[in-house]
Amino acid sequence: MAKHHISFNLNGKPVEALVEPRELLVHTIRENIQLTGTHIGCETSHCGVCTVDLNGKSVKSCTLLAVQADGGDVLTVEGLASAEGLHAVQQAFVEEHGLQCGFCTPAMLVRAYRFLQDNPDPSEEEIRWGMSGNLCRCTGYQNIIKAVQSAAKKLQQA
Amino acid sequence: MDNANDANNAPEAEDQLKGVGCSRKRKEDARFIQGKGNYVDDIKMPGMLFADMVRSPYAHARIKSINKEKALALPGVHAVLTADDLKPLNLHWMPTLAGDVQAVLADEKVHFQYQEVAVVVADNRYIAADAIELVEVEYEELPVLVDAHKAMDEDAPVLREDLVGKMDGAHSKRVHDNHIFNWQAGDKDATDRVFEQAEVTVKQDMYYPRVHPSPLETCGCVASFDKVNEHLTVYITSQAPHVVRTVVSMLSGIPESKVRIVSPDIGGGFGNKVGVYPGYVVSIVASIVLGVPVKWVENRMEHLSTTAFARDYHMTGEIAADSEGHIKALRVNVLADHGAFDACADPSKFPAGLMHICTGSYDVPVAHLNVDGVYTNKAPGGVAYRCSFRVTEAVYVIERTMDVLAQKLGIDKAEIRRRNFIKAEQFPYETALGWEIDSGDYHTALDKVLEACDYEGLRREQQEKREKGELMGIGLVTFTEIVGAGPTRNCDILGVGMFDSAEIRVHPTGSVIARMGTITQGQGHQTTYAQIIASELGIPSDEISIEEGDTDTAPYGLGTYGSRSTPVGGAATAVAARKIRAKAQKIAAHLLEVSEQDLEWDVDRFKVKGVPGQEKTMKEIAWAAYNDRPEGMEPGLEAVDYYDPPNFTYPFGTYLCVVDIDKYTGVTKVRRFYALDDCGTRINPMIIEGQIHGGLNEGFAVAMGQELPFDEQGNILGNTLMDYFIPTFVETPTWETDYTVTPSPHHPIGAKGVAESPHVGSIPTFTSAIVDAFSHLGTTHLDMPHNAYRLWKHIRELDLDKRS
Repeated sequence: MAKHHISFNLNGKPVEALVEPRELLVHTIRENIQLTGTHIGCETSHCGVCTVDLNGKSVKSCTLLAVQADGGDVLTVEGLASAEGLHAVQQAFVEEHGLQCGFCTPAMLVRAYRFLQDNPDPSEEEIRWGMSGNLCRCTGYQNIIKAVQSAAKKLQQA
Repeated sequence: MDNANDANNAPEAEDQLKGVGCSRKRKEDARFIQGKGNYVDDIKMPGMLFADMVRSPYAHARIKSINKEKALALPGVHAVLTADDLKPLNLHWMPTLAGDVQAVLADEKVHFQYQEVAVVVADNRYIAADAIELVEVEYEELPVLVDAHKAMDEDAPVLREDLVGKMDGAHSKRVHDNHIFNWQAGDKDATDRVFEQAEVTVKQDMYYPRVHPSPLETCGCVASFDKVNEHLTVYITSQAPHVVRTVVSMLSGIPESKVRIVSPDIGGGFGNKVGVYPGYVVSIVASIVLGVPVKWVENRMEHLSTTAFARDYHMTGEIAADSEGHIKALRVNVLADHGAFDACADPSKFPAGLMHICTGSYDVPVAHLNVDGVYTNKAPGGVAYRCSFRVTEAVYVIERTMDVLAQKLGIDKAEIRRRNFIKAEQFPYETALGWEIDSGDYHTALDKVLEACDYEGLRREQQEKREKGELMGIGLVTFTEIVGAGPTRNCDILGVGMFDSAEIRVHPTGSVIARMGTITQGQGHQTTYAQIIASELGIPSDEISIEEGDTDTAPYGLGTYGSRSTPVGGAATAVAARKIRAKAQKIAAHLLEVSEQDLEWDVDRFKVKGVPGQEKTMKEIAWAAYNDRPEGMEPGLEAVDYYDPPNFTYPFGTYLCVVDIDKYTGVTKVRRFYALDDCGTRINPMIIEGQIHGGLNEGFAVAMGQELPFDEQGNILGNTLMDYFIPTFVETPTWETDYTVTPSPHHPIGAKGVAESPHVGSIPTFTSAIVDAFSHLGTTHLDMPHNAYRLWKHIRELDLDKRS
């Protein structure tokens, strides 16, 4: 199968890859570029553990073709922390005990990051709807909601 | 080292320890929030190939032929293996955890839909996925059996042809080709006699549907056989890596010392990752055959279709009582659908696990339990999903039947429980089915919840709503769990007794590494075990590292499931630490030139009794253990403990739930859920609360939406997350938690285990609330799941949805 050459910005740095037209973005990130924070859970866009940020929107990378990211800006969990340290959402998940097995966590953080960009001062109801594309089996969500609320406060103060 | 300045800073030292009782933040979070977790699918090895499964579209069919030619001709395909290829290695069938055997790859016929028929090994997952489509399998369909009630009919199709004529069974005589076992507990004759003479009896049939734990990480492994050194390494999603090593060694003939099993980070277990699945076995075989690493990771549909279901129990609960509601006898009958192979996770001595605990929190004078297991054309079932070997089913049957009794007698469901509770002064209490419940205080827990939720006020509000034709339900459950499997006299897996272990090393500088026989799947072991050691040794938690999951380094243990980490692994940790402290005391006596008896322990040091300032801290002692010890003592400061608990532990709780049901749509709003748990000594309250939230959420999912139904051809209906209900942020209620503390008398630090209680306790609480909303109309029970469609149908039957 003929391969396509694609290039995009990943966590602020340019990357290139040779991909089959049918290759999914999650496989390019995990297998080709070898970043392991983005996970695979259902392959039908339901569980959200593959969520990454593409051109300022949360997307499920398990059902997106890698070629669709060509020329784009992709953010994964590996890009959240900066030289100054962890991002506020990462800090908040630790402080509020918003994770257990950690499998949903990277994608949950990437989604929380984007959600708070779009809605910096959300109500609990808005957090529930805004985060509902990401499933968690361990936490019962309550502490994740607290973490998103806490991160929102910190980001507003910053 | 000079510690003269901190002679009187014991309270401060205790704070620094972050020991038992501290809501210490989790050590493991640092890697997970930065994408540095290391799950099986993250493992990559040079030359690694990828395996994928050819699966049967039929639930019951004979395999007439398998043609691999086209698949093998596809570039990038290295092998296609079938049962015939595994036969020379004697690996085409494998033992299950329940004394049965299971076909690794279908051997001449398939027994359930999506059963593994062949495995393809290719360069990558895309080529493997292409290749499985090219394997040509010719099937001859056979009659399908999906109804457990028809399994033992005379004309039922025989499913397990390999067992025909073998009527001994692993656990009892089999009375039919599709019968697995009959298991009984208690005194049948005495129970029957009480029922014959009872003032009041009630009887309720109930079905506990087939559900699936479905952790977000599916199962998988990477197997790597080094032909030169004859060493096998397997990275695997396993809650019990040491047992896997033993079984792999026994089956493959590779010495156990040359098999390394690693459970790296696990993305949720919930009982689903205890058993051994065909994918693991074929990856290992493929790696041995091909001499390169082979990865197999299942997808969600494979996981939901084939990898260890839970429940599927048809149960009947009966209580004999007096007219005041005092229980005189309990009778429980169960038909257990274990699918095509009995792959049930059980301590081998109990074919239906701890359904024994079905007498619940109550003082039941006499009881009898009867369970029949049968084969059907469904995937192998019976995983202990977030519970201790079927205690979920036990709690469901007793709590539902108690509600039915209360309803029949017109006694409030809180009051009838209070009347029947085992009283605090009766512990330790021996149940009619032979268990010794170590401790409990059920009245206090119940009263605290009723007061916190204003139970009387809720009942008044409900009365007002009923007068207006609105549907409000109050669920109340008081449960007793049985966890911490277990004493080796009671519990084993494939003959290996269920103890657990800890190995602790204190380094010269006073930092600690501890390795455990358990394996965390999100429970926070790295954090909580360190807290136990901190309290026992007086060394700050932050200087203690915990390692698990690598059989090359960890001491032998039976793993993490059935809430056994704290009751068994935690006990081993405390005992090993106490061995170290005993040696430390000898060293301190040597350093201070006094006798051991002259010393007393104070947070993090030994002090000479009555002589202020004469003391040695644990860190000083650690240094001395390597450099200045009593004559004749071996150097070092470390200990290992293999802990065989004297009994199970018995956490308990009282849960209350308030629901409002829309009588036009059947949609339920969970207005309130209040969970009080007593897990004995609380090691890390933050982690305990988090686990309770998670367990409640999984209970909510089971009660309110999950089921995996089959049609008459044995097609599984709803095996993707499009159909199978996993609650999102939106449906999930807000959880309220509370606690009492009744330490276990036999556990070294009094801890009981907690993570399963919320699952076990919440499921009947939801049913109790839903039924309660209709109880004034004569409804005594409704089967799960209580989704809107099913409730709407019930509302229609009761003719409640008419607009006036």
